[in-house]
Amino acid sequence: MRKFSTVPFKGTPEQEAELRTWLQEHKNMRGVEMPALQKAQEIYGYLPIEVQRIVAAELDVPLEDLYGISTFYAQFSLCPKGDYRISVCLGTACYVKGSGKIFEALQEKLGIGAGECTADGKFSLDACRCIGACGLAPVMTVNDEVYGRLTGNELDEILAKY
Amino acid sequence: MFRSHVMICGGTGCTSSGSDKVAEAFENEILANGLENEVKVIRTGCFGLCALGPIVVIYPEGSFYSRINDSDVKEIVSEHLLKGRPVTKLLYNETVAEDNTIKSLDETAFYKKQVRVALRNCGVINPENIEEYIGYDGYQALGKVLTEMTPDEVIQVILDSGLRGRGGGGFPTGLKWKFASSNRGKVQKYVCCNADEGDPGAFMDRSVLEGDPHALLEAMAIAGYAIGANKGYVYVRAEYPIAVNRLQIAIDQAKEYGLMGENIFGTDFSFDVEIKLGAGAFVCGEETALMTSIEGHRGEPRPRPPFPAVKGLFESPTILNNVETYANIPRIILNGAEWFKSMGTEKSPGTKVFALGGKITNTGLVEIPMGTTLRTVVEEIGGGIPNGKKFKAAQTGGPSGGCIPASLIDTPIDYDNLIAIGSMMGSGGLIVMDEDDCMVDIAKFFLEFTVDESCGKCAPCRIGTKRLLELLNKITSGNGEMEDLVRIKELSEFIKANSLCGLGQTAPNPVLSTLHYFYDEYVEHIQNKRCPAGVCKALLNYKIDQDKCIGCGKCAKNCPADAITKTTYIAPGHKLPSLTIDPAKCVKCGACMDGCKFGAISKG
Repeated sequence: MRKFSTVPFKGTPEQEAELRTWLQEHKNMRGVEMPALQKAQEIYGYLPIEVQRIVAAELDVPLEDLYGISTFYAQFSLCPKGDYRISVCLGTACYVKGSGKIFEALQEKLGIGAGECTADGKFSLDACRCIGACGLAPVMTVNDEVYGRLTGNELDEILAKY
Repeated sequence: MFRSHVMICGGTGCTSSGSDKVAEAFENEILANGLENEVKVIRTGCFGLCALGPIVVIYPEGSFYSRINDSDVKEIVSEHLLKGRPVTKLLYNETVAEDNTIKSLDETAFYKKQVRVALRNCGVINPENIEEYIGYDGYQALGKVLTEMTPDEVIQVILDSGLRGRGGGGFPTGLKWKFASSNRGKVQKYVCCNADEGDPGAFMDRSVLEGDPHALLEAMAIAGYAIGANKGYVYVRAEYPIAVNRLQIAIDQAKEYGLMGENIFGTDFSFDVEIKLGAGAFVCGEETALMTSIEGHRGEPRPRPPFPAVKGLFESPTILNNVETYANIPRIILNGAEWFKSMGTEKSPGTKVFALGGKITNTGLVEIPMGTTLRTVVEEIGGGIPNGKKFKAAQTGGPSGGCIPASLIDTPIDYDNLIAIGSMMGSGGLIVMDEDDCMVDIAKFFLEFTVDESCGKCAPCRIGTKRLLELLNKITSGNGEMEDLVRIKELSEFIKANSLCGLGQTAPNPVLSTLHYFYDEYVEHIQNKRCPAGVCKALLNYKIDQDKCIGCGKCAKNCPADAITKTTYIAPGHKLPSLTIDPAKCVKCGACMDGCKFGAISKG
């Protein structure tokens, strides 16, 4: 279930200018919608309705189409992420090595559910599909840092680092 | 000329365990010792033995160092590179013989039975340097087809080789090319590569992209020449940043060298490749959905026919092959169809890359000739099951496949054998399960995945898989009835027969296959409300063995639900009264059992 953000939109004019420039340059590319949303998410970190409106206007495509795309793909997020994005791999290899337990433990420790962000905006928690580090299963990532061969006992220590 | 080469794995597995830091440490240490003109540090693709990462191999000796930390680097540089004495204690122990002599990597159990065709350059060359690829016969096959062969001859070689699609379906690649080959030069056509490796637990395509990206580009250009297309797209997961980056570097370098772009090798053939990033949708691995996604839309599949060979990307004739399939092409062109057919089985020639994962000692990537038995893969190459547990089953084909039970461990692995026993090759994930894994839970896991990833376009898949999952949940929560097993079978067959695309058509496979081979386990869940593997929470009961319990009270402290209390019974030889668990209060978290040092708590 996708949650919609109640956090007010805080985009800056610089971000908007960057996005509009990119959109104008790539307007005529075939199949531009997805790369455009990827670019927008790269700039803003997520895709609030305000940002989707900018993309729709510049590309001259219906907002409905963009909304359809942004809610279809798991990579796009309509609500902001925490400063530290935690992902727990629930791919098969990690799952049979107990990543389900790790995921539950983190939900409990952070007091948030899957796809949510802590009230202070510090951590957000997601389950992810295989990141390909199956040799290290079970695996979680905090932003780009990978923690592998987890047992569950090191979670407090990992969270304390941030 | 360098006298030594230090190859450091830069694949995702080793990078995750810190190989970048190791590489940096090597560079610094080599500079500090003034060896920069004698020793070269190279970051390669995946060696395959991810469980032992970060991996460092030093040539010319071929010394295979495993699990190297940046703190080990100083010793390796001063001992091995300066004094020529390999640091035996840091070497992969399988490569060190009893008399302390060092064996070659090919003699170890993990590598001995492997035949590397698709992975031939992974871990051997620097993927970010086109000259190294060229040095290993790279772009020779493209030169050969452009200057010596007609497009039809190219297709004939691929047909003769018997190469089948490595993405899962096993459709003959040459036939696909032939269907798309009419009207060359008269209509716009496309060559696509499926690198949207969504099957959880499979990472062979990623390893080729990271370790040998030029092989893919060369093969796509060959395919373009064969069918008459001048444009290619690689659809790759955005979750693979290293792979995307190396692929882009490879495309830029190939263009610089005139091996991509206008008038390749001075002929009138032109070909260009563009990367399209996926955005995390499993269904986009289905060919029509992938093309819809490249067109920029929601990645929903289209009905077939018309097949992509007639009407594919942007309504033009299109061929789509998977990364591993392409990786085989240049070798087939150079060595001939007969060479390729000499490996593997009659109907499934060649090799297949598997991603070994789960309860197995050597997790990693292996490439084996088709027809190798599962036993060889698990017991010899994979090094068996850790912790002395018993092999229970192997799952192939991910959410579309099924399981192979211990009784069929001697099955030779090829496309047709796997289909015959109710599984499928899939893209090559091979997850090993031991006696602690519950097969009903595994079926549920895969079904949860497909329910999540169903695009929602057709009802049999959207609603059917959800209802199927509800039936499984009913069983694992202890409310199952025997009739549910009949319902599961009926619904599964219906979903298979009526879904629009491959995702739905194969989604019930994990359920059907576990139901077939582990029927008793399902019955045990239903009739005795018991999970034999001790996984399904609702069916678990934790018990304290009164005679083993010394009464220390640690479990009571660990219990979040205050479900553990003291009894009045003192076991012979103990001083304190033993404890007991109130099943009404127990939340089945397992904290008591994890904390008990005396093995007094059991579940079942």
